[in-house]
Amino acid sequence: MKIITNVFHQLGRWCEPVIEGIIRLCGISAIIFVFGIFFFVFREGMGFFFGGLDIVEFLTSPEWYPTSVSNKRYGVLALVAGTFSVTALAMVLAVPFGLGAAIFVSEFCGPKLKETLKIVIELLAAIPSVVWGFIGLTVMNALIIKIFKVPIGLTMLNGGIILSLMSVPIIVSIGEDALKAVPDSYREAAEALGATRWQVVYRVLLPTAKNGLLAAVLLGVGRAVGETMAVLMTTGHAVNMPLGPFDSVRTLTATIAAELGEAAVGSDHYRVLFIIGVLLFSITFIVNFVTDLVIKGIREKA
Amino acid sequence: MATDITPSSSPTEITDPSLMFTATEQSRKKQLMENIARAIFFVMTLLMILPLVLIVVYLFVKAAPVLSPEFLFTNPAKGMRAGGIWAPLLGPIYIVITSLLVSAPIGVLAAVYLNEYARASWFTRIINLAVVNLAGVPSIVHALFGVGAFVYFAKMGRSVLAASLTLAIMTLPVIIASTKEALNAVPMAFREACWNTGATRWQTIRGIVLPNSISGILTGIILQVSRAAGETAPIMFTGAVFFKAISERDVFAYGLFDRFMALSMHLYQLSTQVPGVPEALEYGTAVVLLGAVLTVNALAIVLRVYLRSRKRW
Repeated sequence: MKIITNVFHQLGRWCEPVIEGIIRLCGISAIIFVFGIFFFVFREGMGFFFGGLDIVEFLTSPEWYPTSVSNKRYGVLALVAGTFSVTALAMVLAVPFGLGAAIFVSEFCGPKLKETLKIVIELLAAIPSVVWGFIGLTVMNALIIKIFKVPIGLTMLNGGIILSLMSVPIIVSIGEDALKAVPDSYREAAEALGATRWQVVYRVLLPTAKNGLLAAVLLGVGRAVGETMAVLMTTGHAVNMPLGPFDSVRTLTATIAAELGEAAVGSDHYRVLFIIGVLLFSITFIVNFVTDLVIKGIREKA
Repeated sequence: MATDITPSSSPTEITDPSLMFTATEQSRKKQLMENIARAIFFVMTLLMILPLVLIVVYLFVKAAPVLSPEFLFTNPAKGMRAGGIWAPLLGPIYIVITSLLVSAPIGVLAAVYLNEYARASWFTRIINLAVVNLAGVPSIVHALFGVGAFVYFAKMGRSVLAASLTLAIMTLPVIIASTKEALNAVPMAFREACWNTGATRWQTIRGIVLPNSISGILTGIILQVSRAAGETAPIMFTGAVFFKAISERDVFAYGLFDRFMALSMHLYQLSTQVPGVPEALEYGTAVVLLGAVLTVNALAIVLRVYLRSRKRW
């Protein structure tokens, strides 16, 4: 018996450095994968990026005709405009509602209602994007046609509404965290001076939790920019410079999803889709980096 | 002195003691403002939730004609215009399990590293930034990565394996974040007590930290199952196909290198690519997908509430 425990003891001593090595390797896996994603996506697009793609035209031309026989043109300006217009519209709708709901959940409702609402919001966040797309395609499409008397409901407005519904849960949960992070002594001090709940929210919590709320909004933006299936199914899929909410638009993500299956592997069209991927990756990287700086700002102040 | 404790800012003296606790003009206004604010925020919350509940109910009503066990256990037929959803239903189960086999160990160990080993340094900050960034990468970019790295570079072709690995990398950051939170909830005193008995770092983690946080870790992983099952974009080009007939009632119908059908992809195809699909079939597919995801999610939440109520510290 003693020998057996001894063996295990020895084994443990030998194993420990190995296990720690594995843990360290897993620890840096996130860095490896981020670089891996950039490397492999860029690798597929590289051939066209260095050989033939006019980068200025790519970024400034709204003409996207990748399958034209006589004159292929690869300009993503309309797609970028599509992405940002849908995201902006979604945020106009989602930010007031998201922050309003976050304030209600965090400050105005009782503990029972709060738990219930948080669970409902969590469930809303779990609805798959393709189901959102389906809702946009069927329910929202019919509603928009009926309410606004327009011939077609698959427009920027539809995509914006669906995207806002999708990003509201994330804004609420992160925003609520930000409000929760404000020390209770702040609230107590304000209430001791005779402030009502609303005054506490308006005068004390909002200025204090400003950075956290901004981070919540930015995370919502990140999600909206990167969303694929829902916008693919709801925005109407026409390459247009968007002029109003009833225009059909197309986003960067939807373009990749719609055309990758049809583009011949290794062709210019196929490679340019990967370059769009790099562009998307860069946009979300910047948004995330700014969010991180904002959050770090909070921590250093606290 | 009565006037000293009156919360009134009005300069006039209150002589009648019965007026002492009645509302002044200002405090009445304050109260009104308060009620308005509460009402507005309540309506905002309601406006966010109520339409969605209605939409979900609407989906269920529309899907009612096709929902039956037979719908679940038969293959799609007649160019998707009839039959059930057996093949698309089985696909996600395969990819979710395979992807979890990869992402759960790596994710949990990465969180162990970040929470138990890493010191606060610039390097740890970069890792954390990488985790946040990985979580923010759009799903379609993950798909491009999967195509470039797994389908072509690693020569896996479009297969269950390639799709699962793509999905694994996508779910990794969220598993890391939820596991880190669970590990962080174990009080420091537990670890210190264990170190004091002479245990090494790894022995402490294995004997004290992991057993005490396993419930939180599992909840996080179950939540990931529901998310992975509903994803469409990452599997679209890495393995999911428009149609693949498999034998009905055989749960081992797919191989690791087979192409597969997935419920989410099936719903996309039915609603946008195939003309003339009976409406109920589309709604039925949507409802099964939504129902499965919400059930798994609710399960995780129930588990969390139950385990939290049993917590001893």
